[in-house]
Amino acid sequence: MALLEVRDLGVSFVTRNGVNKAVDGISFDVQSGKITAIIGESGSGKSVACYSMLGLIPSPPGRIDSGSALFDGEDLLQMSESQLRRIRGRDVAMIFQDPMTCLNPYLCIGDQLAEPLILHCGAGKAEARRRAIEILDEVGIRDPGTTIDSYPHEFSGGMRQRVMIAMALINEPRLLIADEPTTALDVTIQAQILKLIADLQKKRDIGVIFISHDLAVVADIADEIAVMQNGRIVEHGDREAIFRGAEHPYTQTLLAAIPSGSKTLSEAVGDDLIRVRNLRTWFRTPSGDTMKAVDDVSFDIRRGEVLGLVGESGSGKSTIGRSLLRLVPISAGSVSFDGTDITVLEGKALKSMRRRMQMIFQDPFASLNPRMTVFDTLAEPLLLHKLEDRRSVSDAVLRLMDDVGLARSAVRKYPHEFSGGQRQRIAIGRALATRPEFVVADEPVSALDVTIQAQILDLMVELGREYGLTMLFVSHDLAVVRHIADRIIVLFQGRVIEEGSGEQLFNAPRENYTRELLGAIPGSSLL
Amino acid sequence: MWRFIGSRLLQAVPVILAVITATFFLVRMAPGGPFDSEKAVIPEVRAALEAQYRLDQPLASQYFAYLGDLASGDFGPSFKYPGRSVNELIAAGLPVTAELGFYALLIATLIGGLAGVLASLKPNTAQDYVPMALAMLGICMPTFLLGPLLVLLFGIRLEWLPVSGWGDLPGDKILPSLTLGAALAAYIARLSRAGMLEVLSQDYIRTARAKGLPEWQVVTRHALRGGLLPVVTFLGPAFAGLLAGSFVVESIFQIPGLGRFYVQAAFNRDYTMILGTTVFLSTLIVLFNLMSDVLAAWLNPRLRAQYGSSA
Repeated sequence: MALLEVRDLGVSFVTRNGVNKAVDGISFDVQSGKITAIIGESGSGKSVACYSMLGLIPSPPGRIDSGSALFDGEDLLQMSESQLRRIRGRDVAMIFQDPMTCLNPYLCIGDQLAEPLILHCGAGKAEARRRAIEILDEVGIRDPGTTIDSYPHEFSGGMRQRVMIAMALINEPRLLIADEPTTALDVTIQAQILKLIADLQKKRDIGVIFISHDLAVVADIADEIAVMQNGRIVEHGDREAIFRGAEHPYTQTLLAAIPSGSKTLSEAVGDDLIRVRNLRTWFRTPSGDTMKAVDDVSFDIRRGEVLGLVGESGSGKSTIGRSLLRLVPISAGSVSFDGTDITVLEGKALKSMRRRMQMIFQDPFASLNPRMTVFDTLAEPLLLHKLEDRRSVSDAVLRLMDDVGLARSAVRKYPHEFSGGQRQRIAIGRALATRPEFVVADEPVSALDVTIQAQILDLMVELGREYGLTMLFVSHDLAVVRHIADRIIVLFQGRVIEEGSGEQLFNAPRENYTRELLGAIPGSSLL
Repeated sequence: MWRFIGSRLLQAVPVILAVITATFFLVRMAPGGPFDSEKAVIPEVRAALEAQYRLDQPLASQYFAYLGDLASGDFGPSFKYPGRSVNELIAAGLPVTAELGFYALLIATLIGGLAGVLASLKPNTAQDYVPMALAMLGICMPTFLLGPLLVLLFGIRLEWLPVSGWGDLPGDKILPSLTLGAALAAYIARLSRAGMLEVLSQDYIRTARAKGLPEWQVVTRHALRGGLLPVVTFLGPAFAGLLAGSFVVESIFQIPGLGRFYVQAAFNRDYTMILGTTVFLSTLIVLFNLMSDVLAAWLNPRLRAQYGSSA
């Protein structure tokens, strides 16, 4: 008998605008000691399905319509709230996507770890603490005897996710639900966390539901894969079947979305547009130390070229992008743009230079002003730089909408009415409004689902060609960068450690660190 | 942390100096003086009085002499209560006002906090609407209306509680404290509701539920601290505001507190008394603001780390 047998599960949300069927009659099994992956894009119902089994969706508006979920032969859907509570955190544990927000910032991690033990097993404080230290050690937290008294903000993202995993496993659950547990992490950290989950799962012989939008992520660890779209499971099979013989068109789209292959080099590369020499951007930390975010970096970007900048969080890659646009003060070195040293520009000269250089940010949810319509967002730079006047601006805005692939009719809407991918299109439109020659794209696709990611990358390649753009493309993901960049620079702790074309880096990396980055690309076995 | 407190205290010096300077010159610019009255005063007597209180000297030297007195902790003599110093008058009024303020704050925090938290647990239901509507009423209702209304209801109609006084009859402290605390309770209710709603939507609350914690533990262990932080930062300035704003309540209920001295001093042009009370209250405001910031930092590990690292 399977550990968990879900049959014909249906969940809907009842709102004023009608009934929205989020999960539409899905069935799947989870076996002890096996990983079942549920793959689908945002809104496909994959998380809702799992949360609803544990009574974790707010109700109303959530409502379970049909089905059964037999856990150990007992139907979770028929249980009372107090019965479910006894199962949650004891027999079934969960880890979530964003370790930055999923731990309580006001409690030290020891208290948070001990909580399920004390609650479900009636463990004493000392006993719970001892267990907590053991499990922290097991998930690879160094010096757990001391760090147990630290607060979440003292940990990096990867370490927090380890703490989350420890917290989930502390009661030796039999089923673990992992909801996008690596999506918010850098690729190298992602690889570590994936390995940790797979190791612990084997060692303890627990069943795992692994929810993700990215097929590549589960390529190495999943036993069974269910692909969800619009609340239904459209394809279901073991790993081999999905990766070697996917039949459903949607699964094929997902597979195609896994970034692979190098870009064919741009033909039209001319003289150097950007010349960076010995750039240093240092910050003073609150404790008075100097943080060398960017330390003696030099490179050129030729006209029409896309330069990829790759590194982990904290490698200084975003700071370089910001330094180039003078968004952060530069400590030393020079940046010349089309022959002009922009480090010394002030006032009007700087403003007119800014028209020629633009930036696309990572988070399309945070970087657009929620109180401005798309029209206002796109029209603002045009009017600010006097490229259009009041009468001609609306035509220009509509042309931009066409260029970035948004319906003209959406022009009066506000950002919250768009999906993540659409918002990133707006952000791209905003950046291109002033017809810049140079664009810094800072992790523009990291916050997006893979299928959307592929669309946005394609859009950027296409617009780059159309607008004759020179681009600095910043990302932690080598596979993505390889897809779009002509040349790639690998950064580590504020310094350039390797440089070359995508082909060179992938086929013959010189540095160990580059090899590490390559090894961390999920699903590399597929490529 | 100590360095943070120290630097905040240093920042307070120019603030208080500005308050002293502005008040000093403003009260002297106001028409009339402490010795103007209906009856004509003999010029010799008036001159003697003015000499005694240094009013015959140029304004600048009066100012610096006053600053010198302040530096040694002396607020000077009262102009209207001959033979008594401002220090004595403040010392007499402060305990009463502080006690009134304390009870008012206690009532406000308990009622407001409870109402706000309850409202946040079931947003957009009756449990939310009723306390929030009352809170809106509390914010809109001025003290000088609420006080007499409460007196009318509980003192005169129901005859449950005394209508005035402070510490003379059993229960005479209830109505003034309630009157003073009501508006504050309303603010706190709204603040804590907003704070709790914000926190309850956080991901770590879902984590707590996923652990199987019963809902009341989710609220008490995981939500309250973050949700009530905005209230804590508000309490410091609120208490100082209560002290300064208590004069209406003290007048309604005939309470011999600092507020009444303050108002009388303003009418009487009792320069030193106005100055003394203003300086004293503004110092309190600065101190209470600092205290609530320290308390907020103590409750919030991230802030604690920030201040800690600069120490």
